Amino acid sequence: MLQIALWKRFIIWILCAGGLLLALPNAFYSRVETFNDAKLLNETSDKWPSFLPSSLVNLGLDLRGGAHLLAEVQVSDVYEQRMAALWPDIRDILRAERDKVGTIRLQKGKLDELRIKLSNPNEIDTGINLLKTLAKPVSSVGSIGKLDLDFIGEDDEIIVRLSDAERRATDNRTMQQALEIIRRRIDEVGTREPTIQRQGSDRVLIQVPGIGSASELKQLIGTTAQLTFQPVIAARVNSESLAGSGQELLPALDDPSEFYLLDAGAVVTGEELVDAQPSFDQNGRPAVNFRFNPSGARKFGDYTAENIGNPFAIVLDNEVISAPTIQSHIPGGSGIITGSFTIEESTELAILLRAGALPAGLTFLEERTIGPELGADSIQAGKVACIVAFGAVLLFMAASYGLFGLFANLALLINVGLIFGLLSGIGATLTLPGIAGIVLTIGMAVDANVLIFERIREELVSAKGPARAIELGYEKAMSAILDANITTFIAAVILFVMGSGPVRGFSITLGLGIITSVFTAIFVTRLLVVMWFERRRPKTIEV
Amino acid sequence: MMRLKLVPKNTSWNFFSRSKVWIGLSIILVVLSLISFFVQSLNFGIDFRGGTSIRTESSEPINVAAYRSALSSLDLGDITISEVFDPSFEADQNVAMIRIQAQPGQEAATSILVENSLQNLKGVSEDIKFVSVESVGPKVSGELIKTAIIAVILAISAVLFYIWIRFEWQFAVGAISALIHDVILTIGIFSLLQIKFDLAIIAAILTIVGYSLNDTVVVFDRVRENLRKFKKRSLIEVMNLSINETMSRTVMTSVTTLLALISLFVLGGDVIRGFVFAMIWGVVVGTYSSIFIASAILLWTGVKRDWTKPNAEAGTQVPQ
Repeated sequence: MLQIALWKRFIIWILCAGGLLLALPNAFYSRVETFNDAKLLNETSDKWPSFLPSSLVNLGLDLRGGAHLLAEVQVSDVYEQRMAALWPDIRDILRAERDKVGTIRLQKGKLDELRIKLSNPNEIDTGINLLKTLAKPVSSVGSIGKLDLDFIGEDDEIIVRLSDAERRATDNRTMQQALEIIRRRIDEVGTREPTIQRQGSDRVLIQVPGIGSASELKQLIGTTAQLTFQPVIAARVNSESLAGSGQELLPALDDPSEFYLLDAGAVVTGEELVDAQPSFDQNGRPAVNFRFNPSGARKFGDYTAENIGNPFAIVLDNEVISAPTIQSHIPGGSGIITGSFTIEESTELAILLRAGALPAGLTFLEERTIGPELGADSIQAGKVACIVAFGAVLLFMAASYGLFGLFANLALLINVGLIFGLLSGIGATLTLPGIAGIVLTIGMAVDANVLIFERIREELVSAKGPARAIELGYEKAMSAILDANITTFIAAVILFVMGSGPVRGFSITLGLGIITSVFTAIFVTRLLVVMWFERRRPKTIEV
Repeated sequence: MMRLKLVPKNTSWNFFSRSKVWIGLSIILVVLSLISFFVQSLNFGIDFRGGTSIRTESSEPINVAAYRSALSSLDLGDITISEVFDPSFEADQNVAMIRIQAQPGQEAATSILVENSLQNLKGVSEDIKFVSVESVGPKVSGELIKTAIIAVILAISAVLFYIWIRFEWQFAVGAISALIHDVILTIGIFSLLQIKFDLAIIAAILTIVGYSLNDTVVVFDRVRENLRKFKKRSLIEVMNLSINETMSRTVMTSVTTLLALISLFVLGGDVIRGFVFAMIWGVVVGTYSSIFIASAILLWTGVKRDWTKPNAEAGTQVPQ
């Protein structure tokens, strides 16, 4: 006979109630959102009772508006910087042994390696052995005992490059640093729930809801504020001047036709900067104050002490901001950048400097901006479509199956509630295709019920009495329900694994919809039917 | 009580009397789809071929020619401009989609490109604004195509494997033929009508794969059950019986699903209309193919009738 154990009924109702409770905050979206914002700031808000769950369905960028960027970090930039920084040390070591190895010259070539030509090719091995003192062990798990530099002798040249183990370790560090800096820069503007995620080996996915455009976002994070302090070899030269090896020719920020010839090895870099604040110089013009960490301060102090009277360039992103002459020894490690800034520019520069320099350049592979109006329109359209679809399916089910149709409808309502509850519970993101997934689920969720009801109709024909017919209907429809839903679920899982962004949002609602619709069809409608049957004990039923 | 009945009670239609006609029709449609695909390809969105797609809004009516000439000075290469209509738009809401090809030597569009386009278009229509700008570089679009193809193949093989485990291999062959038929016809209609084919359509195709199987599996499940029940009847009789028995359910489910999808198609806004269209098409084609293609192929391959020894792999039901 039709029976469901009391503990089973209890669990079914608990699950439904729990799911619906989780879904509840979404019905009061803006209220709960204000409440959550207040909670983040450790304030209290009376907009929402704190004993109720308060997690909401995250709205995707296509519904809320905002910007999405997929950036590739040019990890090899770092190899070049490392090599450029290594050159002075290599030069010093080899020069000290000039009697043996002869004169040395840096050859031009690939930027991620150094090619050093010795005038005495027989002593290549001696040179390599001297340089090997520069190599340090790689500091990362899994590369223990490996050195960070490779030295290869080729004819009369020594090639120095980062070892593979060191490249991997460097890439990892670069990515972590880039992620951290992007996060800090975005946090500086303070937006709601930005997503900053590493993807694959060298990519970063950045999604910021509520920001005006991807260009704005790019300006915020993409500007590689690479600050260096470099010795000036010749000031105010023209663009035809040739830079020797270890030198570079950079334009002036205020006049692109003027160039400076600089020593490529930086005295201090922005990485050693600990603070930067917008301020004004002694003439009242906007400027930026900065301060170095102890090692930066020492280098800066030593250099200024040795080079009083010489000019020295402050370089930001390969442009010379200014090239003041060193007036005196600057021991404290703090200084001021002056130039022709507006107040906004000095403020922005200070933010960029403070957030630290990106260790490498970014290439943007994908960018999307969705205006908030478009998102709001989509939500509105989605809501209307959901309600109409819902109404149509409810009517149709009631007209086709009568009382049993009403049971199915009640289960359908619970079903949609459960989807929202699960979405909020797991913190999933609802996208526009996700809404389509819910509408599709509304249409398909009744399938399991239809299978059961049709089966009950058939079993009624065999005239075994209503209770037996209902029982057989559920039993025999089960295999078709499971097979049919598992196949769709497989498709949803594959979409989830392979898809990204909105498509993944669709796969989540589709997959959750399958789980909840099977649950409501097998357990909830069955419980409803059984409860009705127990009260009424009908002699005949019509499905 | 009055009941809405879409399918009369106890039908005994013969679904295989004209099966050659249906198979023939499907072959013709598949061939047409393939021809269209190879001749005019698909109208790939920027997800798959890279480039920039801009949605503009202005209070003045859209003048495609003026837009085009305003942008021509920027020398952006291939540009497509089309007006978008939707019943949900306000009277003074004029929407256009502009698609600009991927710029040589660049990944995603630069801010300058977007800014210049906006400035030039403001010359045509002063209050124009860009409500969405999406740009995909060639590197990512190449990867997206690859992932999409892998996803579809993976889905079909996973499902093939599942059916093979749960049923017999003949069932799997029937189901997969119907699936491939549905996928090809969907790609065909997108190629024929040159509807924009983007990432969301792949999601739709995978859903169609799921839905079409849903239908096929329900029919097959009944065939399997009836084969055990009616050991003496011929395969064609059993199959006709099974399809007739499940007919009412097939129609009910298709109708409820279509009701939901059509309301989404009409009211859900133009952004997902292509996606919803693909699914509506998929539901119709999927329902048709599960009856006329999957079953016809199962009939044609034949199936093991000896159910005396319960086969652990073939299912959970013990023969009665």
